[in-house]
Amino acid sequence: MNRLATTFNRLRNSGEKGLITFITAGDPTLAATVPALRHMADAGADVLELGVPFTDPEADGASIQRSSERALVNGVTLRKTCEQVAIFRRENEVTPVVLMGYLNPILALGLEPFAQLASQSGVDGLIIVNLPPEEADELKSVLERVNIDLILLIAPTTPLERIKTLATSGSGFLYYVSIKGTTGADHLDVSDVERKVASIKKVTDLPVSVGFGIKTPEAAAAIAKVADAVVVGSALVETLGSATALEHALTDIHGFTSALKRSIRAC
Amino acid sequence: MFLRRKGDNELPDSTGHFGPYGGRFVAETLMSALDELTRVYQDALDDPTFKAEFKTDLERYVGRPSPLYEAKRFAATVGKARIFLKREDLNHTGAHKINNTIGQALLASRMGKRRIIAETGAGQHGVATATVAARLGAECTVYMGSKDIERQKPNVYRMKMLGAHVQSVDSGSKTLKDAMNEAMRDWVTNIDTTHYIIGSVAGPHPYPVMVRDFQSVIGEECREQCLEQIGQLPDALVACVGGGSNAIGLFYPFLNDINVEMIGVEAGGEGMHTTRHAAPLSGGTPGVLHGANTYLLADEDGLILEPHSISAGLDYPGVGPEHAYLKDTGRVRYETVTDEEALQAFRLLSECEGIVPALESAHALAYATKKSELCDVEDVIVVNLSGRGDKDLESVARLDGVSL
Repeated sequence: MNRLATTFNRLRNSGEKGLITFITAGDPTLAATVPALRHMADAGADVLELGVPFTDPEADGASIQRSSERALVNGVTLRKTCEQVAIFRRENEVTPVVLMGYLNPILALGLEPFAQLASQSGVDGLIIVNLPPEEADELKSVLERVNIDLILLIAPTTPLERIKTLATSGSGFLYYVSIKGTTGADHLDVSDVERKVASIKKVTDLPVSVGFGIKTPEAAAAIAKVADAVVVGSALVETLGSATALEHALTDIHGFTSALKRSIRAC
Repeated sequence: MFLRRKGDNELPDSTGHFGPYGGRFVAETLMSALDELTRVYQDALDDPTFKAEFKTDLERYVGRPSPLYEAKRFAATVGKARIFLKREDLNHTGAHKINNTIGQALLASRMGKRRIIAETGAGQHGVATATVAARLGAECTVYMGSKDIERQKPNVYRMKMLGAHVQSVDSGSKTLKDAMNEAMRDWVTNIDTTHYIIGSVAGPHPYPVMVRDFQSVIGEECREQCLEQIGQLPDALVACVGGGSNAIGLFYPFLNDINVEMIGVEAGGEGMHTTRHAAPLSGGTPGVLHGANTYLLADEDGLILEPHSISAGLDYPGVGPEHAYLKDTGRVRYETVTDEEALQAFRLLSECEGIVPALESAHALAYATKKSELCDVEDVIVVNLSGRGDKDLESVARLDGVSL
């Protein structure tokens, strides 16, 4: 059992809902990444999602685009992202880390070398925004051999028949994209999410996480009522990006993560 | 007739692959819209009404067929071969782009989508999209890099005249690829109401095959015109390749004519010995961008490099996946031409023939001049004159130190 399965089992057994927090590796500086992961884990994040910077983040809204640009200016690549996970693993063997990004950096490294590197670094799951399961067979089997989950996205536009297919080909958890739009968009509709998550849960035993456009502890609590875990990204990235000094940024995201977790627990 | 449902042994396969290239690499939100578009397109191919509407629009609105013109003075100045120009510059809106936007506008109507978006580099596709949107009475937003807005001002103003909203894109290299990123973000957000008219044979399936089919009218006409006017098929076809829609449109109907040589001309920018070019087939590697597996300009970490070309329409780090396939099979040869060579051809065609070509098409002309030097007398070269150069006059004048 990998860290993701262990974590979701723990949550299920305690009747708790999970908090998944996202930052981009190397944003605002490379030195900030491991401390930021540590603070989020200490403040109650159950799963850590680490964005791999890419030049053309076509599914991301302005906040994560800018964070990706800042990270690229800092020279952060897929390899350096994995290095940060490996450093984090020296102090934390428990909290799952999921990489999220686009396909081309993985292709450039090579599927097999990537799987080896990710596995040795302590990565537990992978979300590739522009890789639907139809194109994912080879990567999936490579990842299975190193026990890394390929986490699939389900969108509001995904028809029920296709949800069934996604549910059987994904692993780790299913990621429901709560809005038609890019990350950090503004038009979250909780009752809509509730209906869709309920229909997903009918066809799968995998945990269902919900993300895109969840920005406040209140919204996180509302979504946590209907899902197994809540993903918060853009709001954290904005907090990191707007702080004037690293110490302040870390304090800010620690506080924000705690507030999200408290709110989810109280729901 | 060029619009027909394809057989099982024809490419792309049912999942949009040309050998290892093409496919559908997009966010999940877009998958159902791409399925719908594929279905509507396939149904349209079986519908005589659709084909008749498309044909009528091309004749009466676009002005097809476009002439095949023998450029005798130009040919005599540069070498020995006979050079013919397929005059896509004479189409309504001044380029081949309208062939595709007419077809996709008909599909948008069939899907009941009342909002149209597009990306544009040189502005030719943006103008062609704004044009069909005006005709449909549809709301239209065109995404354009801020660098391209600066160098293609006449087309920006034209789009506004046509009622389109031109959205400046300031991210990344501020050119075509960034405009495409932004258009994809818009599409993901407004998927229920909006059809995205991609302007080239790039992007996820079904765009590469659909745009190729609409643009194949160029090659179909050209093949007939060659037989009628010259009494033979051409020895060589030459077309510029950015995304590659004018090239594939010319080449596709000739693919089985094995004696017809085909050359796609990429933008060599400041030279292939530098990093300042836009030639992924000649100087790139396979990878995934904007929905397809194809040749790209990318670094060893898989990050996309900023391309460079004097021509905004060729200033793109990727290329249509069918070109990637045709390169690997060797059926089409891909060459490069520098900014400087393209500019010389731009001036030479203007002076010799009274035709001002688009800077994009000038790349094809420049290669034809090099090839003609090595040809036998009476060899026939057809160059796709994909667009007219009015939009480029201001940038070329600026290089001459003249402010218009």
